[in-house]
Amino acid sequence: MAQHQVNYASAAGLPVALTSVDKLINWGRSNSLWPMTYGLACCAIEMMATGASRYDFDRMGTIFRASPRQSDVMILAGTLSKKHAEFTRRLYDQMMEPKWVISMGSCANTGGMFNTYSIVQGVDRIVPVDIYLPGCAPRPETLQYALMMLQKKIRRESADMNKNTKSNLRML
Amino acid sequence: MRKYTPKDNVQGKAYHTDRFWVAPSVPRTDASEDAHFAALLEKIKESIAVKDAYIQIGQMVVHINPEDNIAALRLVKEACDYAMCTEISAVDYLAQEGEFEVFYQMLNLKKAKRIRIVTRLKEGQAIESVVPLFNSANFAEREMYDMFGIVANNHPFMKRILMPDDWEGHPLLKTYPLQGDEAASWYEVDKIFGKEYREIIGAENRDPSKIDRYDTKRFSRVGYEVPFDADISEGEKETPIEYSETLLVNYNKSSKQLDERR
Amino acid sequence: MMQQPNKLVPFFENLNFERDDNTMVVNFGPQHPSAHGQLRLMLELEGEKVVKAYPDIGYLHRGIEKMAENMTYNEFLPTTDRLDYIASTANNYAYAHAVEKLLGIEAPRRAQAIRTMLLELNRIISHLFFIATHALDVGAMSVFLYAFREREFAMDLMEDYCGARLTHSSVRIGGVPLDLPEGWLAQMMTFLDKMEHELEHTYEALLTENRIWKMRLEDVGVIDAEDALSWGCTGPILRGAGVQYDVRKEEPYELYGELDFDIPVSDRNDAYGRYMLHVEEMRQSARIIRQVMPIYRKSEPQLMAHAPQYLSAPKEEIMTQNYALMQHFVLVTQGMRPPKGEVYAPTESPKGELGFYIKSEGEPYAYRLKCRAPSFYHTGILQKVLVGTYLADVVTMISSSNIVFGEVDR
Repeated sequence: MAQHQVNYASAAGLPVALTSVDKLINWGRSNSLWPMTYGLACCAIEMMATGASRYDFDRMGTIFRASPRQSDVMILAGTLSKKHAEFTRRLYDQMMEPKWVISMGSCANTGGMFNTYSIVQGVDRIVPVDIYLPGCAPRPETLQYALMMLQKKIRRESADMNKNTKSNLRML
Repeated sequence: MRKYTPKDNVQGKAYHTDRFWVAPSVPRTDASEDAHFAALLEKIKESIAVKDAYIQIGQMVVHINPEDNIAALRLVKEACDYAMCTEISAVDYLAQEGEFEVFYQMLNLKKAKRIRIVTRLKEGQAIESVVPLFNSANFAEREMYDMFGIVANNHPFMKRILMPDDWEGHPLLKTYPLQGDEAASWYEVDKIFGKEYREIIGAENRDPSKIDRYDTKRFSRVGYEVPFDADISEGEKETPIEYSETLLVNYNKSSKQLDERR
Repeated sequence: MMQQPNKLVPFFENLNFERDDNTMVVNFGPQHPSAHGQLRLMLELEGEKVVKAYPDIGYLHRGIEKMAENMTYNEFLPTTDRLDYIASTANNYAYAHAVEKLLGIEAPRRAQAIRTMLLELNRIISHLFFIATHALDVGAMSVFLYAFREREFAMDLMEDYCGARLTHSSVRIGGVPLDLPEGWLAQMMTFLDKMEHELEHTYEALLTENRIWKMRLEDVGVIDAEDALSWGCTGPILRGAGVQYDVRKEEPYELYGELDFDIPVSDRNDAYGRYMLHVEEMRQSARIIRQVMPIYRKSEPQLMAHAPQYLSAPKEEIMTQNYALMQHFVLVTQGMRPPKGEVYAPTESPKGELGFYIKSEGEPYAYRLKCRAPSFYHTGILQKVLVGTYLADVVTMISSSNIVFGEVDR
């Protein structure tokens, strides 16, 4: 992690901070995760609550974007139906690399209580998922925690996404 | 021998029913008990063949022939103030009688009364659309078509509404299983990646209690996680499954594992 | 693996986006931040004017009606939470109400008082959400933040009662599972005071006379009484068209018959009138809750109806009496068997008339369950209302109709 607090008394007052490129880039990436508002069902309401006044997602550098091309992380909040699946994949493909996916709620993780004909049984059949977030619906705190976990994960990764990709690590 | 399951109704069934169990019925009272309904029924009977009529749980149910549905609805709408058609749907009786039951739920806003106009359709028989009378039938009849395959003639846009256009089968039929048929289970994979990716992605897991210990991508037991994308083709060391112990306590106690993870 | 471009041909790629007659087709959704979920609209535009609108729904179809045919009656109750997920208790209650009518039982008075309070609290939650998202869609971000602040207080109250924020399951068939926790009524009073104060001094002050708000909402999304009746619109849309029909008043259930409250009506027919209606309905809800509190205090502590054939006995009896235990075992393992028959029971949910049609064949599984969702019909009328409006007003109309897609697609 980059050194935030610069001691102006030392080094002749020059603000010098030493770090590696990996850490610097990951510092930037992890602290300004812009999720895409992918609200599908009930969890979307909790996602909105997370972004609203009490839970205040903005303080974590998380600002919801309406467009896939401006966002880094896709929070799949809610039940994904088979009719919708192709659009999800399409929007995922439209997002810029590096990109991450949080699967929010039981429905997105496994299909949850909707073990029925029209529901995708886990969004990981469609897109690669980084964080699975349990709950029906997960509380806003849980979503914040998931985002913190994702930040941790990003900080562990190499900034060069090709290095993280073994043969099919980031793919399905 | 495999257990026999009837193919005409694959929905949930009671696993045990007492031999002497006779289901009671909700009481039906005669339409003449309520002055408003009695007058209404007289009016309907003047021009339309009524097969059966009774009051059940505060609402009058009128059984008519399917050809009369437009005439009956027009009559109650224009002459009897039933200005709103709140619901149209069907019930599948194909297994028992080879028929669908279509019902129109009507509301009289002035007197706060509700009636249900019920008609029976043979399999494959179409019904006349009531969109000219009630626009609410536009979506409702499309849904009925989507869910049961009952076609409404002269409907402005008779297409599937809830399921995708290329969906196979009508989901609310009693012959359609809850978890979908073969086409449904591969629908999104075929659509997005193509049929040749079926093997790579694999079948859906429809068993909610299934746990794959060697699943490196989804879920694993606390304390026994396999690293993401680890090669386990050689086989991971077998760890016994202990359901009775509190996993979190063990998780904290087994310092060895934690050290390795660090 | 990457998606195969040749494999995936979404529906809108088959469409001609550029027409000969100078119109343009715009695909709106199914993933659009102001589509209130998964609404997809195909709009045919002439310049900025909509000449044809075609709502495409079903992107959240979860097969809830099919699930009802494969679940016992009590098992199905938590599924109803996910219908209109902004006001879950309204769905729970509508379902429980229908089953109770089928069984011919009535909840005890204390349960009725609790249910009425919870229903009205849910109406407040839902309407606060409506104001928040409506303002957000029209462009007023701060109202969203303020309204969510009050909504969180209401959610705290719900959480105190049933332990869940969103998916409450706080009503059971035949009563309610729990009595109110200690101090709940006092907190409720504080919340109501605060909510009414904020309603007047924050939301109304920010929106009602706001010039931009009025310009965006007045004469937008005009639905007159004839259209509303014909398209099956209920709730605030019907009352916003000048038809005074509220199931709570006309076909009273629970305690509504003996309470004193008004049904606000607006004859403006537009989005502004509906907004005013929602604000007024929140005041009426607060009024109802205040009236129910003394009824609750005076009531006997019984929470579940006594119907041993269908409902388990209270926990104390199950633990102490053999027959109650046996009955409980049978009811839990096999499920209750309502009598043969059919019922349609309407209730006034925050969105409109929410009714459940249940066909029972005397089995522990419903033979057919149809959920009459108000939002389904409110989506249907979009194809009529949007024609002739401008593209910018489409969003206003969608948020003004207050549709929730868990309910539309079921």
